Amino acid sequence: MTMKILVCISNVPDTTTKINFSNDNKSLNTNGVQFIINPYDEIALTRALELTEAQGGTVTVLHVGDTSTEPTIRKALAIGATDAVRVNAGPRDAYFVAAQVSAYAKNQGFDLILTGRESIDYNGAQVNAMVGEMMDIPSVSVVKSLRIENGVATLEREIEGGKEVLTCPLPLVASATEGMAEPRIPNMRGIMSARTKPLNVIEPATVAQLQEIVRYEKPASRSQVKLVDAEQVNSLVQMLHQEAKVI
Amino acid sequence: MSVLVYVENSNGKLKKSSFEAVSYGASIAEKSGVPVIALAIGQIESAELEKLGKYGASKVLHVNEQTLLSFVNQAYASVVAEGARVSSAGIVVLSASFSGKALAPRVAVKLQAGYVDGVIALPEMSAGFTVRKGAFSGKAYADVTLSSDIKVLALMPNAYQLVERNTQVAIEAFSPSLQQTDFKTMVKEIVRAADKVSLPEAEIVVSGGRGLKGPENWGMVEELASLLGAATACSKPVSDAHWRPHSEHVGQTGIAVSPNLYIAIGISGAIQHLAGVSASKTIVVINKDPEAPFFKAADYGIVGDAFEVVPRLIAAVKEFKAANA
Repeated sequence: MTMKILVCISNVPDTTTKINFSNDNKSLNTNGVQFIINPYDEIALTRALELTEAQGGTVTVLHVGDTSTEPTIRKALAIGATDAVRVNAGPRDAYFVAAQVSAYAKNQGFDLILTGRESIDYNGAQVNAMVGEMMDIPSVSVVKSLRIENGVATLEREIEGGKEVLTCPLPLVASATEGMAEPRIPNMRGIMSARTKPLNVIEPATVAQLQEIVRYEKPASRSQVKLVDAEQVNSLVQMLHQEAKVI
Repeated sequence: MSVLVYVENSNGKLKKSSFEAVSYGASIAEKSGVPVIALAIGQIESAELEKLGKYGASKVLHVNEQTLLSFVNQAYASVVAEGARVSSAGIVVLSASFSGKALAPRVAVKLQAGYVDGVIALPEMSAGFTVRKGAFSGKAYADVTLSSDIKVLALMPNAYQLVERNTQVAIEAFSPSLQQTDFKTMVKEIVRAADKVSLPEAEIVVSGGRGLKGPENWGMVEELASLLGAATACSKPVSDAHWRPHSEHVGQTGIAVSPNLYIAIGISGAIQHLAGVSASKTIVVINKDPEAPFFKAADYGIVGDAFEVVPRLIAAVKEFKAANA
């Protein structure tokens, strides 16, 4: 069965980034910040490519963001996506992004829509299931294995202390986590061909605003570490009991 | 108006994270002078449901339908949204568990509600409605103002203390209208290690890194964890090398945890790892390198060889447990 897959990608600060905010603490200070494809989205993209390589089909990547994010989209094309769509708007919140994905995907006949389990910047873990609800199709969150046979998906979803195995007919929305695929590094041919692959820019749908981030704050740093002698481990147990009161 | 709390159970036993959600919901309801209504789905005894009163619920909507025995987020979302409508809920609280996070976004869309995932504190309600959550995978907090009529909040496990209120509780059977189209996903199998403590909900976590040299050396990590009633975890290089499963990977691209006690053994403390553990209340670091960056982010530290320190720690915990039994 030929598959038509949509993969939604976010543009996030590299995992090694030390986070700082603007003077009013309302936005990220992007000075010197390297942006990457959200790591979980990269897993989703790789799995989408594996599926279409095995059964034929296309992989479209969709991103909600301004022109500055195009290097991230080109990277997804270099990894192997067929084409890309950029919704020309800042990703205001998850509800807004989910509404853009749904508005675009509604009449396109995608068999499968993949996202990462969450973005590593806002950690919302919302877009996936919201798209499912807006499009009135099933959604499965935090999926570590995804197989498709005869139009039916078999998925393994992470749960507390284990996993749940489920089946679901297509179309389906699923969010990827570690284990679904090993991310690929783009090769030179991929990078060259990415320059000429279609990147369509569309304008956003109008969406009501239900929420807003009003302030960011960094956690207070911990007080000086108390070092315990490696020979005196008993005193650590006492401190954890009497001082920290955690055992 | 009311605060509706969706409570989860595992084989008929309500989860601690759900009692936390009820305690949290009750604290919000108290300020607004409205009741707390809990909604439970599954085969749960009345005596178990009555425990919800202890934490402030005055009513429990109990859904016991054959078709809802296994978790199907699409169908459960319909039930929770209908529960919110019949209770005229202004606020819906869930746990930020795997199931809660699969469910809450759908509930929010159904109710046209603003939704904040992973809240860690009570909302500020004096002017508007602003609530705090973690952002940038533990490197920061974000304060989010919700302007919708209905608000959906998913509470992080271990973020809010249980508060006993001992409210008189009434249990009502609730039969929501269900649509066949909500049941497209079918649960085939649940695989769970019965004796393992679940990592995201654990109060104590014992975590190992590359300093442990190989998967064959995890016996002492597991022994210490089992003595403390703790979950086991690991750093990214360890799960990348397949010494431990990905589900144990704690850090920016793994699971963020917020236990009372996090014990890190042989983990140097890369920024990505620190992000995933920064919400821990107390951090203990055991590492032979005194320059390991993790010591700067720890409350207690032992500079020493894990293969000598951990067995001593196991002995010390055994002694402590015997003395306090």
